[in-house]
Amino acid sequence: MRNWAPIEWTIALRFLTEGIMQTVFILTGIAMGVGVIVFMSAMLAGLQANFIKRVLTSQAHIQIIPPDEIARPLRSGTDIVEGAIVQRPSQRILSIDQWQTIRTAMKARPDVVTVSPTATGSALAIRGDASRSITLTGMEPELYFQIVRVPDYIVVGTSKLESDDILIGTELAKDLGATIGDKLNLSVSSGATRVLTITGIFDLGNKSANERNTFVALRTAQSLLDLIGGVTTLDVTVTDIYAAESIAQDISAALPIQADSWIKTNAQFFTAVSAQQSSNTLIRSFVGLSVAFGIAAVLVVSVIQRSKDIGILRAMGARRGQVLGVFLIQGGVLGLIGSLIGSSLGAGALGLWHGTARQADGTELFPLILEPSLFVIAAAVATLTGVAAGMAPALRAARLDPVEAIRG
Amino acid sequence: MVDVLALGQIRKSYNVGTPVETEVLHGIDLTLAAGEFVALMGPSGSGKSTLLNIIGLLDRPTSGTVSINGQSTAGLSESGLTALRGHTIGFVFQYHYLISAFTAAENVMMPMLVSHGRRTDAMQDVAYGLLADVELTRWRDNRATNMSGGQQQRVAIARALAMNPSLVLADEPTGNLDSVSADGVFDLMRRINKERSTTFLIVTHNLELARRCDRILDVIDGRISGQEAGRLSAPA
Ligand SMILES: Nc1ncnc2c1ncn2[C@@H]1O[C@H](COP(=O)(O)OP(=O)(O)OP(=O)(O)O)[C@@H](O)[C@H]1O
Ligand SMILES: [Mg+2]
Repeated sequence: MRNWAPIEWTIALRFLTEGIMQTVFILTGIAMGVGVIVFMSAMLAGLQANFIKRVLTSQAHIQIIPPDEIARPLRSGTDIVEGAIVQRPSQRILSIDQWQTIRTAMKARPDVVTVSPTATGSALAIRGDASRSITLTGMEPELYFQIVRVPDYIVVGTSKLESDDILIGTELAKDLGATIGDKLNLSVSSGATRVLTITGIFDLGNKSANERNTFVALRTAQSLLDLIGGVTTLDVTVTDIYAAESIAQDISAALPIQADSWIKTNAQFFTAVSAQQSSNTLIRSFVGLSVAFGIAAVLVVSVIQRSKDIGILRAMGARRGQVLGVFLIQGGVLGLIGSLIGSSLGAGALGLWHGTARQADGTELFPLILEPSLFVIAAAVATLTGVAAGMAPALRAARLDPVEAIRG
Repeated sequence: MVDVLALGQIRKSYNVGTPVETEVLHGIDLTLAAGEFVALMGPSGSGKSTLLNIIGLLDRPTSGTVSINGQSTAGLSESGLTALRGHTIGFVFQYHYLISAFTAAENVMMPMLVSHGRRTDAMQDVAYGLLADVELTRWRDNRATNMSGGQQQRVAIARALAMNPSLVLADEPTGNLDSVSADGVFDLMRRINKERSTTFLIVTHNLELARRCDRILDVIDGRISGQEAGRLSAPA
């Protein structure tokens, strides 16, 4: 025996297919609305993901550094301040106090993935007549490269580092006229010098980074910067990148150090994202509302056109609830089908746009992120919107006086 | 045997509580016995349709009682009236009023569909049987509106019979048809009345047809003024 749908469904679908012109017009309207929302949301998510990926392949989630040195006003007793004007001291290169203990404490946290100690300072790179000031980052490659994927950016040579090796950027290599195998003379302000061999040249995709950044083994940097046994920074990655700021605050409250999350150091980006998100929400709401009003308008007209049918159905024993159902179903079906078409249109447009829009360097402007959940949510919301929009016309239909309907 | 219909002192006023309040029906008493075939006549505006709507439970009287098969409808809620209407009363209207989005057979099934909630295989057999009865087997899967007026009215009659009602109310069922089609539709109702003992109450302006009924009720100014029985056998 065939299993038939409830009669409300049959009637609703027949009404929609019989008034095919109206149905097609309203479906087009819904589809365009949903398409715009899907396109916008997916593109925004893509741009955001792209930015985060870029940031987080060149930066730790949390950086732990020594606290600022603060000069306090000179006091001769409580509330009597003698030297009231306080000059901020110049910040020396400082090692983190007891950094091994802090590292152990950090590693013990379940939300922390890696902790990478680095010794960073500035130096002068000299080759022949040319010299350039550089940032010298000493680190343990097996840890640090998990955070900043330098090996992925190597264009010539290798990322392997012995104690007398150095990795430099493409711009610096060009400025100094150096290539792999060449020797580089480093000197720091204290007067210490050392000769290192270039083993790899990287391109981080950013000119000034390629000019300034250099990587050496931790011990090499420690000895050059006169930081034997000490580190200037602990780079930390965490399991949930969006929890980074609260973890950072947690850490700075518990330990005598300063912890900065990537969220804090990229505050501008997050302000931009949240502004974009609220305008996106606003646009979505208005598109949703106009879709809802469109559906309601079409159904109101349909109720008027079909008042005789409704009257005859009521005379034949159709209950008010059944008539209500017929129009609510129409609203829901319009929303659902419209959103399915719209989602496909939005995704298709996004694919086209993704295929043509390129950044200056020819890489994609944003990754194509089409979460199935976006479509499911769009369909569910559109269906519910359709049902809600159908409510007023459906109630009107259900309350129709059959005598009036049949006589009119 | 209980009467299919019993009306007691039915009054109906429109625009109640406004300055233009008018009473259209002024205390109508009427009983229809099972298997009767009755014509309802009267001038335009005399209240025939109003009365039919009250009998058909589509409208409530301002006062008075309506009993169907001995059951009083006074205490019934809106949904109770709807259920009773669906199961005991069939309607045929002047303008056939088939639902154009459905085929003839589906229109005939519609009372069963709305009563049962969803389609069953048996419903189609019933509908096909009824359409065979009204000689429309060839047209049963046609869109309802792709038929002549007479054919559509025969579909409407089949539909009125779908729930095997005790009473069929027909408001000028032949009013819109040419005389040949009108004769055919009338004969069909008469035949069904004979075969199934379904009670018919038919509003008509056609005295010719009315004379072929068991009884003629004359409604004049909201009152039943004359009840003539057995006109068929009366001398011309
Ligand atoms: N909804 C209403 N509001 C006000 N007056 C109404 C309404 N419905 C009917 N009437 C009035 O009630 C009276 C009876 O109307 P009804 O339709 O019952 O007449 P009828 O006998 O069926 O006439 P006809 O033969 O023309 O169909 C008429 O005067 C009509 O104007
Ligand atoms: Mg009338």
